Amino acid sequence: MNGDSPISIRNLSVLYGDHLALKDVSLDIPAKRITSIIGPSGCGKTTLLKSLNRLLDTDDGVRVRGQVLLDGEDIYAPRTEVTRIRRKMGLLSQRPQVLPMSIYDNVAYGPRIHGLRSRKELNERVERYLRLAGLWDEVEGRLREPASLLSVGQQQRLCLARGLAVEPEIILGDEPTSALDPQSSQNVERRLLELKRDYTVIVVTHILRQARRIADHIAFLYLGELVEQGPAAEVFAAPKDPRTRAYLTGEIS
Amino acid sequence: MRLLKDALARRAMAVIAALPGLLVLFIVIGLFLRSKAILGVEPLSRFLFSSAWSPMKGEFGLLPFIAGTMWVTLTALALAVPVSILTAIYLSEYAPRWARRAAQPVIDLLAGLPSVVYGAWGVILVVPFVGNVLAPLAGVYSSGYSILAGGIILAIMTFPTIIHVTLEVFASVPRALREASLSLGATKWETTRHVVLRKGAQGILAASVLGFSRALGETMAVLMVVGNVPSVPRSLFDPGYPLPALIANNYGEMMSIPRYDAALMMAALVLMLIVLAFNVLARGILIRVERKVR
Ligand SMILES: Nc1ncnc2c1ncn2[C@@H]1O[C@H](COP(=O)(O)OP(=O)(O)OP(=O)(O)O)[C@@H](O)[C@H]1O
Ligand SMILES: [Mg+2]
Repeated sequence: MNGDSPISIRNLSVLYGDHLALKDVSLDIPAKRITSIIGPSGCGKTTLLKSLNRLLDTDDGVRVRGQVLLDGEDIYAPRTEVTRIRRKMGLLSQRPQVLPMSIYDNVAYGPRIHGLRSRKELNERVERYLRLAGLWDEVEGRLREPASLLSVGQQQRLCLARGLAVEPEIILGDEPTSALDPQSSQNVERRLLELKRDYTVIVVTHILRQARRIADHIAFLYLGELVEQGPAAEVFAAPKDPRTRAYLTGEIS
Repeated sequence: MRLLKDALARRAMAVIAALPGLLVLFIVIGLFLRSKAILGVEPLSRFLFSSAWSPMKGEFGLLPFIAGTMWVTLTALALAVPVSILTAIYLSEYAPRWARRAAQPVIDLLAGLPSVVYGAWGVILVVPFVGNVLAPLAGVYSSGYSILAGGIILAIMTFPTIIHVTLEVFASVPRALREASLSLGATKWETTRHVVLRKGAQGILAASVLGFSRALGETMAVLMVVGNVPSVPRSLFDPGYPLPALIANNYGEMMSIPRYDAALMMAALVLMLIVLAFNVLARGILIRVERKVR
């Protein structure tokens, strides 16, 4: 068990039917850092991310082999409670998915599910995490409005606040800026950089420049294989594998 | 020349688009004209709120039939809506894919069965079930030919429609939205209840409206099991006589009785207006729901 690695992926393979989407991936995610998973389209980035909070389970016909250790505990062990695993991670998806309810209720949804009833505490949490997501000032006076009225960029930050409100240790992002305009993207990136002080962040991206801007650690996937991983500076400056080099120079994409 | 064609096409299109609306209007006007013969004789309220039905004496109180229609339809909906929604939830959220695939054609088949088939099945099974099992359980006597039997048959007939539409509504809820809820540690049921159902609320309502509209007008199967006694029912186990059954049973007969056919036209008009009123009401609710979510 690695002391400063909240997530340890061991020999993970994922099959969709008979399509092998991840091949024997092993990876330690460093704590309180931003890890970027990069790679061309269809290489298995989303699959890897979803395997971390067992969202893959929701699909029929998916098989997972190998282990994912979360704080040393195998999340695929038969007795593991999946809801407990999932609340340890906040998820940002490709397009923001606001729940069909008010801004306030979106953030309060998670805490309520987990049994928080006190009005006062809920108010506190909603405010705290909306602030942390950098959205509070924009929505303070309209918490009761439907969340769908927000702009897409605001929605994504709302999703961030919603994920933070269940007080996870880890933040997962699947190309969280790909639906956003440059301004909003920048805003989200800035949030992630701030959040890595307290959270372990894993972000899938296919924008190399974004990975350069925010990542401390890089994992490069190619055709379901983890080709290379290491500190961002090293991987970008001196990729070891020719495939990584080809990807970084834009020869494969 | 091309401009002329364009203008013509636009006109034609507008006319075609307006046709359904006009049709409704024509039906209402037609029915109204045919029932006018009776309107002149007595005030409208006498028809709507009197329960005296004896055509021989010239008494045409429609209340028993209006009440019968409402009773049967509401019973059917109270049964059909919850069961359909639960079925759709199960099929869409819980059942394995093959079960969903297998269920769909069966549901569509059920939707297409002629209503006489349902009626016959009702007479054989539902009527005795109500008379011999449910009524004794409730501590009352019933022949089985009752509002409840009609409601059950009608519920069974509307299941497929409501389930079918509700399934489509659920399928339109993005998977990523479910995942957003699940990723917060919500269970599948919590996700279904708070996210899928809410997101689909409008559609489910629309599905129920569709079912309701069909139920209001359904004639044959109900007529066969409901007893057709022209009195205002006082319990689910009483027989009833819905408007469509009245019209179907009597139209073309006993036309020698003065004003009888006008009374039946009146009944049709009332049925039509109930359906219309209901649709307007439902649309209102739909708009409000739409404002509340999303
Ligand atoms: N539910 C599924 N059923 C079957 N195959 C799938 C499923 N999801 C993904 N795949 C396949 O698995 C492979 C990896 O998919 P994945 O979504 O993880 O790629 P990705 O790296 O996230 O791609 P992108 O950059 O386009 O988002 C692809 O070949 C894809 O077609
Ligand atoms: Mg992806």
